[in-house]
Amino acid sequence: MQSKMKESDPILEVENLFASTDNLPILKGVSLTIYPGEIHAIMGRNGCGKSTLSKIIAGHPSYNITNGDIKFLGENINSLEPEERAQLGIFLGFQYPIEIPGVSNLEFLRVSTNARRKFLNKEELDTFDFEELVKEKLEIVKMDHAFLSRSVNQGFSGGEKKRNEILQMALLEPKIAILDETDSGLDIDALRIVASGIKKISNAQTGIILITHYQRLLDEIKPNYVHVMSDGQIIKTGESDLALELEEKGYEWTDNFIKKA
Amino acid sequence: MVNKNLVKDVVKEPYKYGFVTDIETEKIAKGLSEDIIRLISQKKEEPKFLLDFRLKAFKKWQKMKEPDWAGLGYKKIDYQDIIYYSAPKQKEKISSLDEVDPKLLETFDKLGIPLTEQKKLTNVAVDAVFDSVSIATTFREELAEYGVIFCSISEAVKNHADLIEKYLGTVVPASDNYFAALNSAVFSDGSFVYIPKGVTCPMDLSSYFRINSGDSGQFERTLIIAEESSSVSYLEGCTAPMFDTNTLHAAVVELIALDDASIKYSTVQNWYAGDEEGIGGIFNFVTKRGKCLGKRSKISWSQVETGSAITWKYPSCLLLGEESVGEFYSVALTNNLQQADTGTKMIHIGPKTKSTIVSKGISAGNSKNSYRGLVKMGTKATGSRNYSQCDSMLIGDQASANTFPYIKSQQPNSEIEHEASTCRISEDQLFYLQSRGIEFEEAVSMMVSGFCRDVFNQLPMEFAAEADKLLALKLEGSVG
Repeated sequence: MQSKMKESDPILEVENLFASTDNLPILKGVSLTIYPGEIHAIMGRNGCGKSTLSKIIAGHPSYNITNGDIKFLGENINSLEPEERAQLGIFLGFQYPIEIPGVSNLEFLRVSTNARRKFLNKEELDTFDFEELVKEKLEIVKMDHAFLSRSVNQGFSGGEKKRNEILQMALLEPKIAILDETDSGLDIDALRIVASGIKKISNAQTGIILITHYQRLLDEIKPNYVHVMSDGQIIKTGESDLALELEEKGYEWTDNFIKKA
Repeated sequence: MVNKNLVKDVVKEPYKYGFVTDIETEKIAKGLSEDIIRLISQKKEEPKFLLDFRLKAFKKWQKMKEPDWAGLGYKKIDYQDIIYYSAPKQKEKISSLDEVDPKLLETFDKLGIPLTEQKKLTNVAVDAVFDSVSIATTFREELAEYGVIFCSISEAVKNHADLIEKYLGTVVPASDNYFAALNSAVFSDGSFVYIPKGVTCPMDLSSYFRINSGDSGQFERTLIIAEESSSVSYLEGCTAPMFDTNTLHAAVVELIALDDASIKYSTVQNWYAGDEEGIGGIFNFVTKRGKCLGKRSKISWSQVETGSAITWKYPSCLLLGEESVGEFYSVALTNNLQQADTGTKMIHIGPKTKSTIVSKGISAGNSKNSYRGLVKMGTKATGSRNYSQCDSMLIGDQASANTFPYIKSQQPNSEIEHEASTCRISEDQLFYLQSRGIEFEEAVSMMVSGFCRDVFNQLPMEFAAEADKLLALKLEGSVG
């Protein structure tokens, strides 16, 4: 996959990563390199380790890295706390965004935006300045201002939760965004809003990993690379047409590529 | 990497008020008897009616049994092993703050309650109680201009005996319960507040209770009377040193509100809670009750309970006056091996009375946190309403939370509403906040303060900030 000449250094490098939870191996040697401006799609059956990979990159405490490295801008981040990774510019869009009763969405967004800004040595925003910024970002995901006064994700519909994730991405301006099944549970209109939001936020400096089951998101956001995962490994990597082929032939077709260890 | 133990670690916070003031004290011998009670009464130069009140209470107490229905686990208290009167030695008569032992002033300074003229809080009058006695009350002259009486109860016994005789024990009778009877027999000091007719107290009044001796109990008594169309906001704070023995604190608080009067009583309780193994800490067995005697009178309790090894208290309202209002807003945080059994009783007696209960229990560590409340509609409480909301939050997987709501209605034309919920701060919620760059401790504290917001909104301004800080401190992992 690195046949082309790369002009800059990679944002994210996952090198031969093995990880387990409760002594159960989930990742069995995953390698993946993302350069600025690239969009990677990861596909595969349920339980193949896609979501686990995204959580491990974000630093979820339930998983142990047993071998291999995760590097962000060349630095090993294996032992960093999730908040440190987020401050560096790693963003995980959750498959199932978490509800947090009692904590206002606005306050949550402001505290997290300021945590990132503080790390970037940017001035932290007071409530008034933040209000201005968030108004602008709400446009991107076509969300109503009323969402801000509700508790984080509480009582949000599936689509509203996903749009709230993209709103967070827009505010945090990450270097790399891993979007875990952001398209699942969205109707066609919502999918378009989310997809166009992602496109607006990303640029030549950012990297994106889309974890998905469906071609329809990839119709909206064309990936540079498509990876197929099975049983904790990437068993095939191709360009965007691989997704189309996969849609046509199904995952059974990819079983032929499973490496015999 | 973050691991599951962090949730446990984050709720550990060293107790900041655990120091002991080295001061010469006058203590009487341990033990409880008629002679001891006579001695206390004599030391305080009390009138005969009060000695009789004490002795009667003592006789009742002797016949009573220590209650065990709350199912709280603690070693039996040896009532003969407690000192019932302990006072710092001072000059006989103190005419101004300058004559108060500097060590005492320094103690309260350290606790953030400066008493001296230059430093005293600008808009709050303070009565500072050290072990068994009140050592200073600020802003007395200023308050006197409005006819407001704010002094220690011992002084009130001397200077306002008529009011004491008229009201003492009328809300919480000596025979009310085991600990109220004990308090009535041996109470040493506490605060007295009298707001005359039509007066809105010009500043918040507050009492700060400090237990210093390890082997003496604190039995304070507070009495607040709000005459017709008057109003007052009263705050109460408490701390104690760290001892490896348990100290008994059995207070009685009585509030009386006449026609159109309103009393707001706020507590931030931070007695020493004992260590992680549950050694030491205060047994906080308190009876607090208010009587809405007058029409349209209002009594509002708000409390933030974070300290004590065991808290056992139910600030309650007797709603007698037509259209009177009772409120109870509570946050109780328990950690390690703390136990809290707290709640309220709203007794609707008069017609068109209203009560609101909002209780938030947070349990961390191996602690137990129970809400226990009674809402009663009497036969004459027609058109009365109650709304109760009791929420529990669990931090970690070793803590427990219970809700015991009791509802008794003898009046079909009344409404009672009860809502309850339990939630847990989950690893997933923490990870979600962290994955947005929010530090672990801040994430916990955000969730806890979001959970408590309904109650914090009810606290007086300065107190609300303090309460938020106190909870954050209690939940902070690092020393700081």
